[in-house]
Amino acid sequence: MDLEYFFELFLGGLTRGSIYALIALGYTMVYGIVELINFAHGEIYMIGAFTGLIVAGLLTLLGWPALAILVIASIAAMIYSCAYGWTMEKIAYKPLRKAPRLSALISAIGMSLFLQNYVLLAQTPDFLPFPNLIPEFDFLEPIEHIARSSEILIYAVTAVVMVTLTLLIKFTRMGKAMRATSQDREMAMLVGVNVNRVISMTFILGSATAALGGVLIASHIGQINYYIGFLAGIKAFVAAVLGGIGSMPGAVIGSLVLGWSESFFTGYISSDYEDVFAFLFLVVILIFRPSGILGRKESDKV
Amino acid sequence: MLKLSDVQTFYGNIKALKGISIEIEQGEIVTLIGANGAGKTTTLMSISGIVPTRAGDISFEGRSITRMTPNDIVSLGICHVPEGRRIFPYLSVLENLDMGAFLRNDRSEVAKDLEYVLDLFPILAQRRHQAGGTLSGGEQQMLAISRALMARPRLLLLDEPSLGLAPLVVKRIFEIIEKINAENNTTIFLVEQNANLALKVAHRGYVMENGYITLSDKSRHLLANEDIRKAYLGI
Repeated sequence: MDLEYFFELFLGGLTRGSIYALIALGYTMVYGIVELINFAHGEIYMIGAFTGLIVAGLLTLLGWPALAILVIASIAAMIYSCAYGWTMEKIAYKPLRKAPRLSALISAIGMSLFLQNYVLLAQTPDFLPFPNLIPEFDFLEPIEHIARSSEILIYAVTAVVMVTLTLLIKFTRMGKAMRATSQDREMAMLVGVNVNRVISMTFILGSATAALGGVLIASHIGQINYYIGFLAGIKAFVAAVLGGIGSMPGAVIGSLVLGWSESFFTGYISSDYEDVFAFLFLVVILIFRPSGILGRKESDKV
Repeated sequence: MLKLSDVQTFYGNIKALKGISIEIEQGEIVTLIGANGAGKTTTLMSISGIVPTRAGDISFEGRSITRMTPNDIVSLGICHVPEGRRIFPYLSVLENLDMGAFLRNDRSEVAKDLEYVLDLFPILAQRRHQAGGTLSGGEQQMLAISRALMARPRLLLLDEPSLGLAPLVVKRIFEIIEKINAENNTTIFLVEQNANLALKVAHRGYVMENGYITLSDKSRHLLANEDIRKAYLGI
């Protein structure tokens, strides 16, 4: 077997997996806290990419250096997407918090369609070129033929985001409040947690990571349109379910498993069936582990 | 200290509390007894703001808390140990206790209180790193009470602390309830189905039936009351 080809596929899978993970974290956190599948989450990622594109275009006109543009565009995209995530929760989900879960789900799908069409009308239905904001780093030259520096940056950023979020959840006051809320919302209220604030914070964190993923992948692939959030969102959702929805490490593992399986199937078998393999894999895993790789079985309430 | 005036609470269109009035003085242990479905738990849920009150007024130390959010109510010093204990199952014993002190910033005092509750229930000290969900029912009840004490409550609401526990454990829990009241002068509002037990530790009691308060008196009078004995004490 050609080892270099294998390695290439491995890194390609890692790139996909990292991006899925950045989006899947939002799905899984929101599910963990409010038990809602936020189908509009992919659109937040798409809006992040668009914000990045607009800010990057503006700064390029002003002649800023590429790395500064990347940082500022990412931050702007994160802030803008956070505002969207926060607002979305307030208008589309909060009023339905006591309604049957199906209503909130329909509202999420509606939100997703609304945002897609809003960007379609406000921007354009065509693919837009996204400038490559990630400079080629000199020290990466020896491995350049297998991994581009944009890929290396994606791994690094994803790893940093994972570690930061894990520490945040484990040690900060807000993190503790989030864990308590996800385990028993009413009891969290009874110890004094402001659950509304926790829910807003969850949407904000999830939106920020998705937007970051949006800018990075857009810069890596080089083009975006209003529809990119749909498939990326569905795949990330699959990854979150695969890993065990509600579990953060699960979302990361699920994303990597999905990224690698797509990459290897495409590389060794056929690229036409990429999505087929991804979903086939989901079905197989869910047959044997219905709650996902790291998912918890619903604990019985005594 | 706590005053409920003509409180009405609904679940949808179903009236669960049909206008109840209760008054609790500082330092008292007051119990609310009644059959299943009488509205005891709803009363506590209304006080702590989990279930909205539709009519009437609830006030704590002269201040209306009827429309306050649960977290603001907790910050006033009202702590609720709900029915079924509601331990955070995946947090360790220490993390559960830490959540009890969620609104407090006085770290050294929190550390003191932690020592106090671990002293009160030494078994919790042994289990400190174990996940809350793996404790036995009795241990969970001890943890639930300890978690509430970590907030340094001025009014402690206890919902069925004896539910599903072995008689020996129940005895221990009730000793602790009396001790908390005596040592810290914590006011306690105790909801119980085990009326006999509750009336023995409480100073006063209210009897609830179908969403109404039907009787209220000193505990020893209730214990002696012929109707109460027949209906709730099984004598």
